[in-house]
Amino acid sequence: MQKRLILRSARKYWDLYLILLPTVVYFIVFKYLPMVGLTMAFNDYMPNLGYFKSPYVGLGFFYRFFSSYFSLTIIFNTLTLSALNLLFTFPLPIVLALLLNEMRAKRYKKLVQTVTYAPHFLSTVVVVGMVTAFCSPSTGVVNDIIKFFGGEPIYFMAKENWFRPLYVISEVWSTMGWNSIIFLSALTGIDQQMYEAARIDGASRLQTLNRITFPSILPTVSIMLIINCGHVMSLGFEKVYLMQTDLNLNVSRVISTYVYEQGILKTETSYSTAIGLMNSVVNFILVVTVNAISRKVGEVSLW
Amino acid sequence: MVNEARVSKAAGHAIRDSRGDRVFAFAVYALVTLILMIVSYPLIYVVSASISNPLDIITGKLILFPRELSFRAYQAVFHSKDLLTGYKNTILYSVAGTAINIVLTTTGAYALSRKDMWGRTAVTFMISFTMFFGGGMIPTYIVIKNLGLLNSFWVMVLPGAISATNLLIMRNYFANSVPQEIIEAAYMDGCSNVGTLLRVVLPTSMSIVAVMVIFYLVGHWNSYFSALLYLNTRSKYTLQVFLREILIKNDYGDMGTGGESSSVEMTLLYESLKFAVIVVSTLPMMLFYPFMQRYFVKGVMMGSIKG
Repeated sequence: MQKRLILRSARKYWDLYLILLPTVVYFIVFKYLPMVGLTMAFNDYMPNLGYFKSPYVGLGFFYRFFSSYFSLTIIFNTLTLSALNLLFTFPLPIVLALLLNEMRAKRYKKLVQTVTYAPHFLSTVVVVGMVTAFCSPSTGVVNDIIKFFGGEPIYFMAKENWFRPLYVISEVWSTMGWNSIIFLSALTGIDQQMYEAARIDGASRLQTLNRITFPSILPTVSIMLIINCGHVMSLGFEKVYLMQTDLNLNVSRVISTYVYEQGILKTETSYSTAIGLMNSVVNFILVVTVNAISRKVGEVSLW
Repeated sequence: MVNEARVSKAAGHAIRDSRGDRVFAFAVYALVTLILMIVSYPLIYVVSASISNPLDIITGKLILFPRELSFRAYQAVFHSKDLLTGYKNTILYSVAGTAINIVLTTTGAYALSRKDMWGRTAVTFMISFTMFFGGGMIPTYIVIKNLGLLNSFWVMVLPGAISATNLLIMRNYFANSVPQEIIEAAYMDGCSNVGTLLRVVLPTSMSIVAVMVIFYLVGHWNSYFSALLYLNTRSKYTLQVFLREILIKNDYGDMGTGGESSSVEMTLLYESLKFAVIVVSTLPMMLFYPFMQRYFVKGVMMGSIKG
């Protein structure tokens, strides 16, 4: 029975199997072969011996990481930056979407959308470059303003205390508009008759906001929040790396930049693979847990 | 209040705003305007600074619009061999990369959208799994190194040839938004599956293809990571690599028009140069932006929740 099914499918779809082949090959080569390479975390990888013949060291590299004095700092830095980032980049797009939704001037609304979406299309290099230029102690516009009000110029990029605020502020600036799209689309999906009915019953705009708008977008907000929480350990590499200087390493060294530093610059292949693996496993557990929660709470699931 | 209600009823208008509502509306517009100003200020400043006399930037006289125009920075940018190389390479990688992305994503997504095709569930699972777990930076680097791809043209287009998320978005679109009847009809008429994809399905799905082109193209244009990781020859570097040297490491390489008489003048020029470089590197995306805006909202919505 099964065999006949396969044969029929093969006869009807042989050309589709053919065009699916590159996709399958791609995922095997570029996604699954690296997973095989994760065995390097348990071996002392020697390029000439390969994945399986390199000397086995068990959990040695994991011990090495956790026994080093800075391992906790790196994990702390990763979580702090992620959490701070989430704290600001999550709610602000919702606020923007709510504001846009309350606007009745169509063209002004369109203008605000066009302008706030635009920073999403700037590259990370450009955004970090702008932060650097604006915060320059001698020529930057931010310090011009500080000096104008009689303050002392601040060496923003050289101060480790400013690393996290600058990261989060620039992140808010570049993602706020783009991230509001999803909430705005949830808002436009609300049945307009509810608003009309409420108005006729004498509800104020504040009341309709409270009683209709908030409850209607709550499911979208909670699933987005849950998804975002699942990603707290997978902080992007690029931006942190670009903002990193010798002076702010204490706060800017996160898991991904440490893996790069050890694996690529110092060619500690096995050690950095072990750290990367630990990170991926934690991420995976987080995403699965978070999805289980969202399925239970909101009856919404990623799969 | 009674009067107001009567008037609006008589005129056939909607209910008039109460005072509280007018305050509310005012607060909304005030806040939105504030956000608009904060978001647009850096953008306007960058453009203004790029065409300003650098002296105004240094002395803090440039507030919003240029006081004195100077296009020297742009002259310097267009004379820089490095930037020209970067531009050329980025265009090459972006166009070739996006073409590969679209062909592979479309074919893969269409094959997996056919509901009675044997094996599609297994392949879909294999693809979805990579969204949640992967080998990570170093094992991927080792695979690419062992394939002999390091520092080649292919390393910029192959490792990111398919995004699992995009493929699944497109698969869902083909499965749910293209009427299955027309596919069956084409099959009955003796059209091959690939023929159906090309002649029947794709022409009705151009908006999703546009969304994919935008997502992939912007990704290629702005990508910095793969060039940093996999390239080590200056002649192959992308625009973003050179941008980083100029903007973040303050390393100006071969910049300068040649007409600078002193190092002071050069230092001055650098101040507006930074901003000119940002404008020149971002311009293609910004020119493309009005066209993209029609599609990306749709794309974001398709990518969410049921991605």
